[in-house]
Amino acid sequence: MSSMEHTQTATNAEQQLPIRYAPTAVTDDAAEAGPRRILVLGATSGIAEATCRLWAARGDHLFLVARNADRLHVVAADMRVRGAGYVDTAVADLDDTTKHAELLAHAVNSLAGLDLVFVALGVLGDARESERDFAEANRILQTNFVSVVSLLTWLGNYCAQRHHGTLAVLSSVAGDRGRKSNYVYGSSKAGLSAFVAGLRNRIDREGVRVITIKPGPVKTAMTAGMDIKSGMADVDDVAATLVKVIDKGSDVVYVPGKWRIIMAIIRAVPEFLFKKLNL
Amino acid sequence: MPMDPETAPVRPPFESWGRYPSYDATLKPLYWQGDFPGALAGAHSGALPVGMGRSYGDVCLLKEGTLLPTTAMNRLLDFNAETGLLTAEAGITLAQILDFAVPRGYFLPVTPGTKYVTLGGAIANDVHGKNHDVAGSFGNHVPCFELVRSDGTRMLCSQKENPDWFAATIGGMGLTGLITWAQLRLQPIVSRMIDYQGIQFHGIDEFLDLKKQYEQVAYTVSWVDCVSTGKNFARGIFMLGDHSKVPAQLTTTPKPKLVFPFNAPGFALNRASVSLFNTFFFHKQMKPHVSTLQDYEPFFYPLDKVLHWNRMYGKRGLLQFQYAIPWEHAKEGTEAILKEIAKSGLASFLAVLKTFGDIPSLGMMSFPQAGIMFALDFPIKPNISFPLMQRLGDMTLEFGGRLYPAKDACMTAPQFQAFYPKWQQFTRYKDPALTSSFWERVTASEGAAR
Repeated sequence: MSSMEHTQTATNAEQQLPIRYAPTAVTDDAAEAGPRRILVLGATSGIAEATCRLWAARGDHLFLVARNADRLHVVAADMRVRGAGYVDTAVADLDDTTKHAELLAHAVNSLAGLDLVFVALGVLGDARESERDFAEANRILQTNFVSVVSLLTWLGNYCAQRHHGTLAVLSSVAGDRGRKSNYVYGSSKAGLSAFVAGLRNRIDREGVRVITIKPGPVKTAMTAGMDIKSGMADVDDVAATLVKVIDKGSDVVYVPGKWRIIMAIIRAVPEFLFKKLNL
Repeated sequence: MPMDPETAPVRPPFESWGRYPSYDATLKPLYWQGDFPGALAGAHSGALPVGMGRSYGDVCLLKEGTLLPTTAMNRLLDFNAETGLLTAEAGITLAQILDFAVPRGYFLPVTPGTKYVTLGGAIANDVHGKNHDVAGSFGNHVPCFELVRSDGTRMLCSQKENPDWFAATIGGMGLTGLITWAQLRLQPIVSRMIDYQGIQFHGIDEFLDLKKQYEQVAYTVSWVDCVSTGKNFARGIFMLGDHSKVPAQLTTTPKPKLVFPFNAPGFALNRASVSLFNTFFFHKQMKPHVSTLQDYEPFFYPLDKVLHWNRMYGKRGLLQFQYAIPWEHAKEGTEAILKEIAKSGLASFLAVLKTFGDIPSLGMMSFPQAGIMFALDFPIKPNISFPLMQRLGDMTLEFGGRLYPAKDACMTAPQFQAFYPKWQQFTRYKDPALTSSFWERVTASEGAAR
């Protein structure tokens, strides 16, 4: 475990920041079934953090994984204060697929089971750099596709064996069509969407729900440098939608919903025309 | 992934709540406590941490500079349900704190008239509320915070640790460094409701009598008709309230928000329409004295219900004039200033009269001081508004008072330096990488250290 810098923040942080707050009774439907055990991969991403706050507020149990220890520490503190019934964390660079099995087994052990996995790791990368240099393209593909395939292979099999669990995976509308502006990121998400669809079709019959989530641009740290004048979704609105659709929703979810229509149109444009557009 | 500071877009112009002035600025949002001071790279014309931009003038602006929005740094770090001590990142808004605290039986110790301000902004402007007489200003309820300087120094600041930095940062207008997180002492409540009373008064003397009569009530504020003269001169409504002691439900019911939909045309706001509004508002309360139970939202935040209400003043925006005059000259000063305003022909809907108690502020540059506080806003009519603001500023000085930087767009360097004699001492604590258009303005003409 030491190689993964696993931190027992549940105990360490109790000493630093004594949380004397007992969560108040939560009244929504999902919580009446008792707290859910949720594993969040990429927990410091903007969308993951906003969504975790809503789960924390209803008393769910969280195991949070992220690369940066300082950031993970404050996100975990925030979830505890907001009412999460249990919070444990692990600092890990998920690009290293050789450590995945050990990490996931530890997370499942810490949560004493698994009801939901939210896969939210990903990088936007530098689109211009990735056109010039395969190293950047490879970094994007490794994080957004290869690593997630590795994680989902283990998690898919784990849940299928137990006939229980939901896997919610953040892909992107960018994966719906290769566009000149960011096709490396787009193709990493296209590959991911295809993989997740296949996994769903394989293990749905085992009683495991697999959800592909395709957000449009969302106002987060990831998109802070993007020159989009308007139309960026608010991360708290996206989080509220995600909590609903992960509770009970369809297989492929666009957030906000308008992107289902926008992408249907974009997919319908013939390639000879599309290549002349500046999308 | 971390944003690339070099590619963060320029989004001109950036406006404060008064919509005057407005300047181009580069925005580099801070997402994590560790993002500062790295976000300063390339900020050649200086930088300034900003919250919700609810200050009225240019204290939250930096012309051609780099603004560092903090609102994504809004995490809760610790909460003690027994003592009400909350620790949170400084970009959290008072609205977000209320959403968390009210269902748990706690309320803000001091709140300004909008909940859409950040914790860091409330400290940096040492904001005050309707309970100043009994609670002092915001900084009085902040046991400690962390200050990060542009050279990377991190300081825990309290009245014991780095007390001089603590004093400089409370009311320090965001210029001493970045407040990354702060502690706040919340006050317990048992109900969302406020025991409210509204009492009509005629003139400053009656207002002061009422204030004395109800000095045990926590929250008091008055609306004043600043248009009427003669027998209606300085008439108004004295509004007071206390948190209800009757235990009741604490949960928040989200309400639909109204949005002021467009910029009102300039002719909509004139003396006749304001006069009509004031007469209506004065008599809307049919009886001289009403008493009722009211939710805290309309009591503390009547205008928050209407998002972008500043559009009511049209594209040109508004000027806010807010002073504190010590008791010695409070009454004569207020009457003289009210007369000067009535004479100018400019009209204000939102004239607010209040008292400041004698609990001293902890900040070196804090605005509140014991006496009368008066605030009102004017639509911008260049030939009238700016000369009037100059005259009112000078009158405030004559009466020993001072103006509030968070609401100001007009005070001159000599006025500021007379209002805030500790400003030179303050410059020792100012971060060399941080500045604001306000600071440049009020220190420029004296060749002050920046």
